This record gives sequence, structure tokens and C-alpha cells, in this order.
Amino acid sequence: MVLLPRLSLLLTILSVFGTLCRANSSGSSSSTATESETATTNTSTTLTTLPIVTWKWHHIETPYLVALWVLVCWLCKLVVQLNTRLKSFFPESGLLIICGFILGGIVWGADKAQTFKLTPRNFFYFLLPQIILDTGYFMPNKLFFSNLGAILVHAVIGTVWNAGAVGVSLWGCWLGGAMGDLNIGLLQFLLFGSLLAAVDPVAVIAVFEEVHVNEVLFIWVFGESLLNDGVTVVLYNVFDAFVSLGGEKINAGEIIKGIVSFFVVSFGGSAIGVIFAIIISLLTKYTGKVQIIEAGFIFVLGYLSYLTAEMLSLSAILSVTFCGVCCQKYVNANMDEKSVTAVRYAMKVFANGSETMIFVFLGVTAIDSVIWVWNTGFICLTILFAIIYRFIGVFTLTWFLNQYRLVPIEVIDQLVMSYGGLRGAVAYGLAASLDETRIPEKNLIISTTLIVVYFTVVIQGLTMKPIVKWLKVKRVEPTDLKLIEKVNNRACEHVLAAMEDIAGRIGDNWWTRGWKRFEDTYITWFLMKPEARKNRDYLFSIFHKLNMEDAVNYVTEGEKRGSLGFLRSGEGTNVDFEKKHGMEFSGVIRNPVPSVSLDIHEQDMKSMSEDFNAHHLLQQNLYRSRKNYSRSDFTINQSEDEVQEIFQRTMRNRLESFKSAKMGVTPVKKITNFMLLFSVGGIENPAFMPEMDTPPPPWLTEAETNTGVAPSQRAQRQLPWSPTNLRRLAPLRLSNRSTDSFVMADVAAAPDSSDESPKEPSEEERDGQRDGTHM
Amino acid sequence: MGSTSSTLSKIPNAEELSQETGFTSAHLARLFERFEALDKDKKGYLSPQDFEAIKELALNPICDRIIGAFFSSGQEMLDFSSFVRILAHFRPIDNNRPKEPNSPDPINSRINKLKFAFQLYDQDKDGKISRNELLQVLRAMLEKQVTEEQLESIADRTIQEADLDRDDAISFEEFRKSLEKVNIDHKMSIRFLR
Repeated sequence: MVLLPRLSLLLTILSVFGTLCRANSSGSSSSTATESETATTNTSTTLTTLPIVTWKWHHIETPYLVALWVLVCWLCKLVVQLNTRLKSFFPESGLLIICGFILGGIVWGADKAQTFKLTPRNFFYFLLPQIILDTGYFMPNKLFFSNLGAILVHAVIGTVWNAGAVGVSLWGCWLGGAMGDLNIGLLQFLLFGSLLAAVDPVAVIAVFEEVHVNEVLFIWVFGESLLNDGVTVVLYNVFDAFVSLGGEKINAGEIIKGIVSFFVVSFGGSAIGVIFAIIISLLTKYTGKVQIIEAGFIFVLGYLSYLTAEMLSLSAILSVTFCGVCCQKYVNANMDEKSVTAVRYAMKVFANGSETMIFVFLGVTAIDSVIWVWNTGFICLTILFAIIYRFIGVFTLTWFLNQYRLVPIEVIDQLVMSYGGLRGAVAYGLAASLDETRIPEKNLIISTTLIVVYFTVVIQGLTMKPIVKWLKVKRVEPTDLKLIEKVNNRACEHVLAAMEDIAGRIGDNWWTRGWKRFEDTYITWFLMKPEARKNRDYLFSIFHKLNMEDAVNYVTEGEKRGSLGFLRSGEGTNVDFEKKHGMEFSGVIRNPVPSVSLDIHEQDMKSMSEDFNAHHLLQQNLYRSRKNYSRSDFTINQSEDEVQEIFQRTMRNRLESFKSAKMGVTPVKKITNFMLLFSVGGIENPAFMPEMDTPPPPWLTEAETNTGVAPSQRAQRQLPWSPTNLRRLAPLRLSNRSTDSFVMADVAAAPDSSDESPKEPSEEERDGQRDGTHM
Repeated sequence: MGSTSSTLSKIPNAEELSQETGFTSAHLARLFERFEALDKDKKGYLSPQDFEAIKELALNPICDRIIGAFFSSGQEMLDFSSFVRILAHFRPIDNNRPKEPNSPDPINSRINKLKFAFQLYDQDKDGKISRNELLQVLRAMLEKQVTEEQLESIADRTIQEADLDRDDAISFEEFRKSLEKVNIDHKMSIRFLR
């Protein structure tokens, strides 16, 4: 059954392709033809009649092809995703490469030449930056920086070791005659080694994302793959320069320059990234008025940081990474929640889209007889050495690092780290940008690089999951957001800091504390909006998130029971109340929002477990901290049981406190508070709230509506909440950016409560409507 | 390391201490020097004022609780062995120490670390963290802009999450259970105390 849609998609792709190729070939031939024609027709422009429609292929060729290719690549991803059985063990990247093969075959068949290739320019300037920006922006900073030392050791020393060892061994084997006759020398081998040595971030994400290993392991491999770009760029450029200089001119001076250039390139690249991060943060501090495009600045400035570093021949990947890493905190604090969400989703779209295209093109590019030079010895030896030296490098370095670690990295994790050293498109890009005049064996190098990339992505990707399972690697456990854990974590941090002070030694915590203090006093003052600065308390934000979840749960559960009266249509402020009142009065009585709990409580509590699918809604609507670092998946695994338990308990508590609640107008102040959260009497309805954007449940932004109004008969019968209980869902102050209802509510709550008639027109309109439907 | 042996001789029961806490003699010597450095009046024991004199400690939000943890049961004098015993809680757990049967858990075992943390919350030592005690800790740790109401909600919610027998307080068992997924070893160990 799944086969049919898949087949039809494939056929569409093929037909699109067919037309594309024909168009292209006819286009390219006709473009030359039209050029000559227009040359002639220009001299004798004889239009005999007004052409109603003309064929303007040549005008539109490039954008059309680009768009079409993007479409085709994404369709491939769709096709791949449809086949769930295959996808469960075969890595998606591998499948995309295979799709690329098919497409490449079609193009080859149509054109007898590979007209579409992954050119280094397109790759490095248009496909790679957004992926790296995405990884930087969503990098778990705390984890990254606490492991930064280890990551740097692996990135720098490990890569240099890999490059050198592979290059020298291959050279040795060549000298020994294992590869036959090649026009190549030591320097070229070293160059090849350097471009092949780097672990590729795109491939690592693509494979590890499906595997979910534990955090430390992931961040080591992933951080290494990002930071080794500094080394790769330097090594590549240095050896490239050496190759052109020729072997004789290399003396100590040149080598020293090479080492110096490493520092310049890496630190320079990172510095540029940090500068751009500062620019972005500063900018978002002042873009409160242009919320509509404030999200766009991140992308533009991120891209500019990449290009600037590239322009100065510094490490562009490092630049973009640090740009994302450094700006995420300030940008997320400064921007409006909607913009934050917009950036998040857009970033994912771009990154995922580019990744797909990269893999498809890696496949397409292979179908080209021009580049293939098969040298068995070279290829096999390369793969062998790449793997062996990776293992050796990782184990040695980790052994060394373990001496200084609190919790040593186990052998099993080290195995996975070594096995996870995947090469990818960056290596191919570097290979393709070699100069063939200087490096006559360029095609051999390209072929070998492609084979190595396929090997790592497909074979290692394929076997990664089974190996991880077999070795029982510690996986990421789905973490629930529990207040007690966070409270305790925070307390433990303080305790550790105190113990360090008492024992008089400078430990890890000292640096973290020092940095935090510096950051809090100077940097946030500089880079964050004043309002944002005030609301940064960590525990409170956790509390806020938990409240939002609870609140959303209520709505969903209530709606499921069919008991809630929310009817939102289109722009959503008409609620068909008459109908509700007339027909289901008894139902409605029970079902103004607050008494969702009553309703549910009265029914069997146990039956909730069957219907309870609220985390579905949660995933769509809540802003979550990213707990798993996957490209395509946004959500936390919230264990249903946990949510359900808390929900049940809270419900029960609420019911109890409801029973003892006072009814009546007097504590209007408190009523105001909870009316914020739950409209009493169902009349002052969240649905009346105009421009609500979907995420927060409607009643949470309900304004100061019901301050001075006597609760209706209905309400008097049931005021479900006693004031004390409301505090559990305290007024949410965090979103003082979005609607000002919170601020208003707090302000309204404070002064004399019994006599408020807030003057907003919407207010009155609501009052009017309320009066109309008052019982 | 000549100074070590001379310092060691000043420490009463050095070997027993080393056995009990797991610190090496080098560590003990260093800690003794620190102890003497903190003991400005050379009394031979530490008092709360000596702790309060540590500047960085004063910046810690829960410093008074921590000092209280050292001076348990209201005494005002802290001798070296008690000092070391408390610090021993923060040694990383040795997985390769042979477990002799019938011997008590080492001081830095997971359970004992958790007990220490529990003590920090439970000031009146009734074996339970009441809502009030939790409130006090939260008040100390949360920044000033959180209002009293919000603090109470947070405290309520925290208790609710952990409180299984519904007595509105967190007993040690409940505390331990709610933190079972947390890597306590990592969170409550200091590297240089290995």
C-alpha cells in the first residue's frame, strides 16, 4: 500500500526530470541557437504578428533549474521517508545518496555528460553555511563549553595526527609500489591526507541523530567535527601552497609560517564569529519595533559572518559556529517569542533542506565517467588507514584526557567515537576544488574521496545503530522537566562552589562562576534588553514551562471530553453561546473552563489514561528547550505517565480546594488573578480574545476583563478555584513582550479591586456581550 | 614532600582518618594546612566566624546553610576530623574500591551524598523537608524579582512532584527517589578531592 504513493512520486520525479533534461539540452542547444538567431533577427527584426505567448526559457533558465533541483531533492527526501521499514535500519543519508545515483543516472542518460554536479562553489557558499549556522544556534552551550578542552584536543591534535599519518602511510605504500604508477609525491599525499582527515559535521549529525547516544559522547564527536575545520583549512592551504612552491622551497621558515597560520586562521575565524554575534545581539536589542523581520537578521548576519571569514581566508565554519553559539542566548532573550519560534523553524527548514540536497548531489556527482579513476590499491589502503588511524588517535587522546576527568570516558564510548568519525561532503568539496594543473592525479583523489565518503556514510551509518545497541552504549534518557531536579541541581552548584571556597582550591566551578559573574554584570547589560534581563531566572522559567503544559493539558482533556465550549473559527472570536446555553445548559454549567477539572473528576479518573494524548498538543505548541540535538526533530520525549500523574494530582488538589472555596464577589482581586487563567462562567471566554497566536492557551492571555463584575448565577454556583490554589498557575510574567495583558492584570489586581472598570474598548465590547448573554 | 610528613604528624589519627574518608595522606596534609590557614586565631578548631571570613563564601546564596552543615547540632567548634569528614562527601565515587561486606558505606557514596544534600534543606532535622523549609531555600536561590506568590507556587509544585505519600513534605526516601535519574556523583563531586 505504501508502494503506490511511492511509485507515483518516483514517476513524477522522473517525468519532471525528463522534461528538465530535455529542456536543458534543448535549452542549451537552443540558447546557442537563439543567440545566433537573435543575432540575425536583431538585424532583421521582422515580427509579423503580435506573439501572444512566447517561450522564454533562456530568460529563466538558471532560477528555474535551481528551483527544480531543490524541489527534486526534497521530493527524494519525501520518498525516502515514506518507506519506513527501510528507513529504520538504513540511514537516511545513505538512501538520499542512492536517490542521487538514480537521478544522476537519468541525467547521464539524457545528456551523456554530467551537467549537474556538486560544484565546490555552490556547496561552500550556498549549501553549507546554513547547516553550520543551525548547529551553532542550537548548540547546547553548557555542555559544549564544559567539554571544550577535550573537544579542542581531539579536533586539533586528532586531525593533525590523522592527516599526517594517512598521508605518510600512503606515501610509504606508494613508494613500496602498492599503487602502481602515479604521478604524485609526498606533499600531494599529505594534501590528500589533510582533506580526508576531517570528520564532517553534516554526516555526523545525519547519522548520530538517528542513534541518540549519551550527551558527552555526542558533544565530543560533534564538537570535534565543527572545530576541526580550523585545522583542515590550514592544513589544506598550507599543503596546497607547498605543492605549488615545490618541495625544495620548504624550509623551517615556511613551516613556522604554517603553524602561525593555524593560530591566525582558527582564532581569527572564531573572533569574526564572536564579532558578528555581538552585532546580532545588539541589533535585536533595538528591533522591538520591527518584529516582523527581526528574525531575518540572524540569517543575514550569520551568512555574512561566513562570507567575511571566507573573504579573509580564515576559517568560515568556525566563524559561523561561534556566531551561532554566542548569540543564541541574547537573541532568544531579546526577541519576541514569535520571532524566536520563527527563527527556530526557518533555521531547521534551511538546514535540513540543504543537508538533503548535499546528499542527493553527492550521489548525482558520482555518475560521471570523467572523474572516475579506479586504483584499487589506493582506495583500499586509504580506507584502511583512515579507519585505523582514527581508532588509534581517539583511543590515545582519550586515555590522556581521562587522567584529568571527573568521570572517565569508557572504552565503549571511545569505540563509538572512533567509529563515528565520518567523512562527508566537506572532504569532497575540498577535493573538487583542487587545481589539476598542480595536482595531476586530481581525478584519482576525487574518486577516492567519494568512495571514502560513501563508505563512511552508508556502511558506517548503516552499522552504527546495531553496534550502539550491541555494545550497550549509554543512550540519552528522556529527561522530564522536573522542578525538584532543577532545584537540587542549582543547590548542588552552590554547594560545590562553597566547598571549593572552603577547601581553598580553584576547581572547575571557579571558572564557571567567574565567567557567570562577569557575564551577568557586563555582557548582559550590554547585549540584552532591560526587560529581558529581569526575567531570566532559570528556575522560574522552568516553572513557567510546567504551568503552560498543565494549562494546555486541561484544555485538551476538556475538549476531548466534549465539555469545553471553545469554538474558534477563522479569526476566531465568535462563540456560539446561545446554542450552547440553550441546548446543553447542564453541560455548560459544568463546563466553563475552570471546571474542566470538575467534569473530569466526576468522571472516572482512570479513564483518563486512555484518552490522554495531550503531549501531542504540547509538542506542537510549547516552546521547549532543546533536549535532543537532532536536526529534524524538535521535541522532548515527555513520558506520558509523568505528565498524567502530575495532571491527576493537580486536578484532585484543585477539586479539593474548590470545595472549600468561597463564593462571591469579595476577593475580586483573587478572582482577577484566576480569571486570567480560567474564565469564570464560561462567558468571558478565551475565544473572545482577538489576535491570539496559537501557542499559549487562550485563557492565559485573557485580560483584565472581569474585574468588577459580579459572577453570574452560573459562576456563583461554581467558583472552582480558591485563591490559594491559583498560585500554582501564577500569573505569568515572562511574556511581558507579547501581550500586555499580564502587566495590566497585575496592575489591575493591585489597587482597589472591587471597583474597576477598565476602559479598553475591547473590554467594553466584551462587557456588552457578556451582559447580553448573562443569565 | 618533607612538609607532608611533618604536617601529617600534627594530625591526630591521620591513618584512621585516611581510612575512613578515603583521602590520601597528601590530601590530608593539604587540607590540614588549609584548616590551619582558616583558623586565624590558632585556636585549634574552627568557629562559624572563621567560615564567614572567607570572602567568596559570603557571596554564596546558601552559605549559612552550608556553614550550618559543618556545625551540626549547634556546637561551635569544628575540629579537623569533622572538617575532613564533611569534605569527604565530595570525593568522586571510587568504583574500584573493593566492597567489604558488612562495612558501612564510604562517606562519599551516593546515599551519603544525597543525605548531605537533604540535610541542607532540612534545617530542623525532622527527617522531612517541609514546605516552609523549601520556601526558604528557594527564596535564597531565586533572584529577587520573583514574587512571594510565585515562590509559593514553585514550592508547592516542587513538593507535589516529589511527594508521594501526600503529607505535604518530602521525606528522604521521596527525595532520593525523585533524584534517581540524576547523576549525583557528577553533581556532587569536586575533582581535586579525588
